[in-house]
Amino acid sequence: MEPSIRPFRLAVTAAIAFSLVATLAACSDSREDPPAAAHLVLVTHDSFALSDGVLDAFTAETGVTVEVQALGDAGSLVNKLVLTKGSPLGDVVFGIDNTFASRAVDVLEPYVSGALTDAEAPFLLPAGQGGDRLTPIDSGDVCVNVDHEWFAERGLAEPATLADLADPAYRDLLVVESAGTSSPGLSFLLATIAAFGDGGWQDYWADLVDNGVKVDAGWTDAYYASFSGPSSEGDRPLVVSYSSSPAAEVLDASAPVPTGVLEATCFRQTEFAGVIAGTAHPAEARLLVDFLLSPTVQSDIPGSMYVYPVVQSTVLPETWAAAAVRVEAPYELDPSEIDANRERWIEEWSAIAMP
Amino acid sequence: MSGAGRWAVWAGAGALVAFLAVFFLWPVGEILWRGIAPEGSIDLAGIGEVLARPRTLRIIGLTLAQAAIATLACLVLGMPAAFVLYRLRFRGRAALRALVLVPFVLPTVVVGVAFKVLFAGTALEGTWLAIILALVFFNVAVVTRTVGIAWEELDPSIEEAAADLGANPARTFLSVTLPRLAPAIASAAIIAFLFCSTAFGVVLVLGGTRFGTVETEIWMLTTQYLDLRAASALSLVQVVFVVAVLWAASRARSRPELRTPSSGRPVRLADLPLILAVLAVGVLLAVPIVSMVVRSLRAGDGWTLEHWAALAGVGTGVGGGAPAIAVSPLEALGHSLLFALAGTAVAMAIGLGASILLSRRPASARGRRVLAALEGGLMLPLGVSAVVLGFGYLVALDTPPLDLRASPVLVPIAQALVAAPLVIRTLLPVLRGVDPLLRDAAADLGASPARVLASIDLRLAARPAAAAAGLAFAVCLGEFGATAFLSRPEWATLPVVIERLAGHPGAGNLALANAAAVLLAAVTALALGAGELGRDRRLSPRG
Repeated sequence: MEPSIRPFRLAVTAAIAFSLVATLAACSDSREDPPAAAHLVLVTHDSFALSDGVLDAFTAETGVTVEVQALGDAGSLVNKLVLTKGSPLGDVVFGIDNTFASRAVDVLEPYVSGALTDAEAPFLLPAGQGGDRLTPIDSGDVCVNVDHEWFAERGLAEPATLADLADPAYRDLLVVESAGTSSPGLSFLLATIAAFGDGGWQDYWADLVDNGVKVDAGWTDAYYASFSGPSSEGDRPLVVSYSSSPAAEVLDASAPVPTGVLEATCFRQTEFAGVIAGTAHPAEARLLVDFLLSPTVQSDIPGSMYVYPVVQSTVLPETWAAAAVRVEAPYELDPSEIDANRERWIEEWSAIAMP
Repeated sequence: MSGAGRWAVWAGAGALVAFLAVFFLWPVGEILWRGIAPEGSIDLAGIGEVLARPRTLRIIGLTLAQAAIATLACLVLGMPAAFVLYRLRFRGRAALRALVLVPFVLPTVVVGVAFKVLFAGTALEGTWLAIILALVFFNVAVVTRTVGIAWEELDPSIEEAAADLGANPARTFLSVTLPRLAPAIASAAIIAFLFCSTAFGVVLVLGGTRFGTVETEIWMLTTQYLDLRAASALSLVQVVFVVAVLWAASRARSRPELRTPSSGRPVRLADLPLILAVLAVGVLLAVPIVSMVVRSLRAGDGWTLEHWAALAGVGTGVGGGAPAIAVSPLEALGHSLLFALAGTAVAMAIGLGASILLSRRPASARGRRVLAALEGGLMLPLGVSAVVLGFGYLVALDTPPLDLRASPVLVPIAQALVAAPLVIRTLLPVLRGVDPLLRDAAADLGASPARVLASIDLRLAARPAAAAAGLAFAVCLGEFGATAFLSRPEWATLPVVIERLAGHPGAGNLALANAAAVLLAAVTALALGAGELGRDRRLSPRG
């Protein structure tokens, strides 16, 4: 009943229709007259933020203007880049993380910023998995957050490790996000895979399920509707969130921090930048990647995106001392291993955690 | 039909097909093509393999069952409300008609959290029934509005005659009213079913991925796995849903009928059971909204207006960091209203044009087939995943003069694609019900085709069209899937901003999201209420 979708016929129909919408297009094309100096489009995810004026410093330095375009969450960002390979959406990408890195290799030009030093080497990706195309910019950790007040009121010792979470003493206390629909949810699954191995995590999750773990769809409903923290309305004192989340719960700087992080449950997410293959301004695009590693941007990252700058010499804000936790030895997995197994892991996990 | 008239009809059909082709069939077709023919030649075996997976079959079954039950519930609960709001005359009727539409514009995540907290600790927590209740919350207005508008147009003297002849109210309803309402009920059921079967946010929040639907699965396959083959297979399933639903609904055709809109009769004691049923619906609609109001006014253990005062700002970042959103909720409200007005205008142009075309009965079989295909094509956007359309825009509209990927123009167009089917389903039963003899008589008396159109079709469709415009406006304001996909932080709409706030750690962000959602609800209710009052005045009896 519906018209069949044949590319040729569609092309013909579409050609006829061009005239119909050409006016619309003409009115709205914001990029028709390129300025004399180069103009770069920086594509990124929805959580990208830098303080006002930071990118202006780049323009002042180089004469190159930058337009930021957010393209959804980290997964959507990478998939959109892959789908638009022939006609790229921008010149530089920021926000590809280690769980999606190996998928993005084909759409990036070989370039890693020379501004990196040995101190940042641990953040570089392995060769062949983006190591020659992606420059690490920042990193943060996904960890189990704990409601200190809840445990203090009951005189119960807080859990510390992943294994503790399956201990019957902590029955019905943990809420996690679905690994299929939430990025912190997937990170927590990856932490357990890194901890128990690709043969052992399934048993661990079966134990978690027996111990009453609750699986919510996304961060919003897990954190606000199921967690028991001060700004939440739920009754579970353990939630998978970010290592920076406790800082958001600090309303009174003189009082003890109400929530904290279980440091032995963390998975590290590193975010990378790269030059998109097919850009018309490769030289300028490289300058922008370098700029993301400059002190101007690196020192702005903690306050703007609440993750850690990768450049180790960056001075952190004073307020971070109280509530922010620098996780020393988070769990990590190779990007290629993640990309090769993502779908299988999520399917197996769904069968165990959401029967 | 005269030569000029026939030419006009074909030109109109051509324009509609062109619009649909460029902004829907082509983008969606590109994505499906990449999934079905990854190497350039069609790989049906791959599609078959995806469809035969136990997981796929379970998800399809669950989606159908969920949508069917929720649609049935919407019909059962929405019919009494349609009667009370559109056949009875009482003070405050216009306001209630507008309020019923409010759920349409509310972002699913905020409502989902409201429901979730409400259900926590009850037997409903994490159940399928909770999802059904939420789907009814969002979609009962489709039935109330679509059926109500048709009901208002029915000549009440036929019911009165039946009653005079001794038929009891139940008998009168079943054998006189119901058959005449059948086309409108079928229309409402199609829309409600397609909305329920493509529900996304609320299904995820309330059911996790335990109760995954075709829509949530497509979202995962495209945005997380980039498995276009499986996504295309499931998109084809959605297309089949649309075609099947349309086929089922086409069995309830309008019969020609004289329309005598009435302003309703006063309330009687015998209406009490229906009014009680409507009150129950009212409670279901009010509870989450009230809880959102409460949440927007709470801070710690006390009451505050600070979140309302913060609507002009951009929320808080963690520990004084950069804020969650690029524009304040008030600015975003401005964007929302602009986009929705543009979207409504496009949707009305498509909807009115298509309804007039589709209400014609061409003499040739080919003409009828073209119209049937057009009708199906125009309904497809309701049933096809917004994320597929969004990815389609990215890969299809990438060459000048159609490089619209970075353009805000796509937002009202995508909204109009979703709203136009509602306009069509509201107007088409009315126009199909116009006795063709009326048009023939006018033509015989020497009226030009344009004159026939103006003084018969447009005149009869004017009042339902005004009502349909209100519905389209609400749908455009609340459209989330495609809008969020196309949206840019600097011209984000209010629902997108609310979702962002709710998903961003930071003191007071959730309360601010609730305040913004209440604001959106209030503005919608005011705008639609004003429209209703205007409509009501024109209808009020003179004596």
